[in-house]
Amino acid sequence: MPQHTPADTSKVAQRGPAGAIRPNRRAFLAATAGAGMALVVRPARATPTSMAVAIRRVVGDAQPTPGKVRLNLPPLVENGNTVAMTVSVESPMTPKDYVKAIHVFAEQNPLPNVVSVQLGPRAGTAEISTRIRLADTQTVIAICEMSDGSFWSDTVNVIITLGACLEDS
Amino acid sequence: MSALASRAAMLCALLLLLAADGIVAHAEIPLAEKRSGYADMSPENRAMQDDDTVNPGMLAVLDGEALWGAKTGAAGRSCADCHGDATSSMKGVAARYPAFDAKLGRPVDLEQRINICRSEHQQAQPLAYESKDMLALSSYVGMQSRGAPISPADDPRLKPFLDKGRALFTQRQGQLNLSCSQCHDDNWGKNLAGNVMPQAHPTGYPLYRLEWQSVGSLQRRLRNCMIGVRAEPYSYGAPEYVEMELYLMMRARGMKIETPAVRP
Amino acid sequence: MAARTLINVPKRAKRGKIIAIKTLISHPMENGFRHNNIGVLIPRDIITSFVCTYNGEEIFRATLHPAIAANPFFTFHTVATDSGTIAFRWTGDNGFTTEANADITVE
Repeated sequence: MPQHTPADTSKVAQRGPAGAIRPNRRAFLAATAGAGMALVVRPARATPTSMAVAIRRVVGDAQPTPGKVRLNLPPLVENGNTVAMTVSVESPMTPKDYVKAIHVFAEQNPLPNVVSVQLGPRAGTAEISTRIRLADTQTVIAICEMSDGSFWSDTVNVIITLGACLEDS
Repeated sequence: MSALASRAAMLCALLLLLAADGIVAHAEIPLAEKRSGYADMSPENRAMQDDDTVNPGMLAVLDGEALWGAKTGAAGRSCADCHGDATSSMKGVAARYPAFDAKLGRPVDLEQRINICRSEHQQAQPLAYESKDMLALSSYVGMQSRGAPISPADDPRLKPFLDKGRALFTQRQGQLNLSCSQCHDDNWGKNLAGNVMPQAHPTGYPLYRLEWQSVGSLQRRLRNCMIGVRAEPYSYGAPEYVEMELYLMMRARGMKIETPAVRP
Repeated sequence: MAARTLINVPKRAKRGKIIAIKTLISHPMENGFRHNNIGVLIPRDIITSFVCTYNGEEIFRATLHPAIAANPFFTFHTVATDSGTIAFRWTGDNGFTTEANADITVE
């Protein structure tokens, strides 16, 4: 009988004593788990490091201070494809004291940057809303840049639930 | 009784119980308990549906409005040329579809009705199912029934198709061997993985599904359900979908149309 | 290559009042991470920039990344200063560009 020596025996069905194939428990579970769900191929993820790099590109060496910014995201999301987000910043929005920019980052998306918005005193109020994609349960950070060069931040943890019946449309 | 015999008896009883699901008619949800998928959504998603200035389905409605007035086909006619202002002429129409087509001798859904109009009165090519234009027109027409109660016609000619639709809804299918009814009649309101199981009423079609990130028809959703139970879905335009829709609309009678709805 | 847009700007406003502007545009925002049913990567195709001007002066600018959901939606604010035109411009991959505007009367 030909000898097979698979590289990783944990993933392969193994031959039992009588030569009958005894399905490896892990392989069996993996196979049946796939029965009702489409196989999800996950792209590479942003890591806390790549998000830190992305943030650095925006704020330089400055350390954003938690505060002034309010990042509004639902704590539990039914579908990560479209998540309503509002970012608002306490600011008088006068020519001397206003919000210059708001940047949003997601830690576990394939790319850390979500959106960057440039505002000015003409905005009247520093509040923006949009809809974003969140790939998985993760931390989202909003950082705002003030006219005086200071940076402020807010962080929200979001749980993304997966639908039961995945499908190919 | 011996241990083996009693074990066998227990197994038979269990199998009989599971098989019984296919024999017993599932009770229809009483009117007072009927609940749209809207009620099962998060407040944020409900807000997306409620506001016409933020509802992504409205983009399709706007496209449909443009198509309604556009002359097309060899006849060079627009929908408006025959039907005038859709806000009055199409009021309540989507709420009573699928409707019986005497010429074809069977019920047709709204999309098929649009294509019949195109070929017979505009001499235009039929629009493909799920095409941008078809979704736009059916969204626009559907929206004219928004707020109207679902009112399937009390037409005796529809009865055999309605029965077929009910049979399709209650039959087990697919590798997972589940019927629509087992989840949506017997277990609505409970959680399946991360989501609440809705009662599955077609109140808002075509709708913007977050999972699709686009507008889609009821047929698309039914196909997704079939794939979800690992059954081979029928092709677009199959009579089974019209029969199922006919039954679903009958099952949802009295509920208000929400087109263009938003769903997760 | 203009896409369908849905803009909401109040038609009239009192001078100095802060108004909300809502914008919605039809665009798939293909994120560049999805594969088709035979495993081929679908290339990125997104709107990358959205700019709003009020009588020619820029009042809002957004840089969009693939994490912005399909059919990009933005709500932002501006002070109603003068009557005129609020103009919107979206640009993106593959030469995508769409413009729209809305008139406002400020009293």
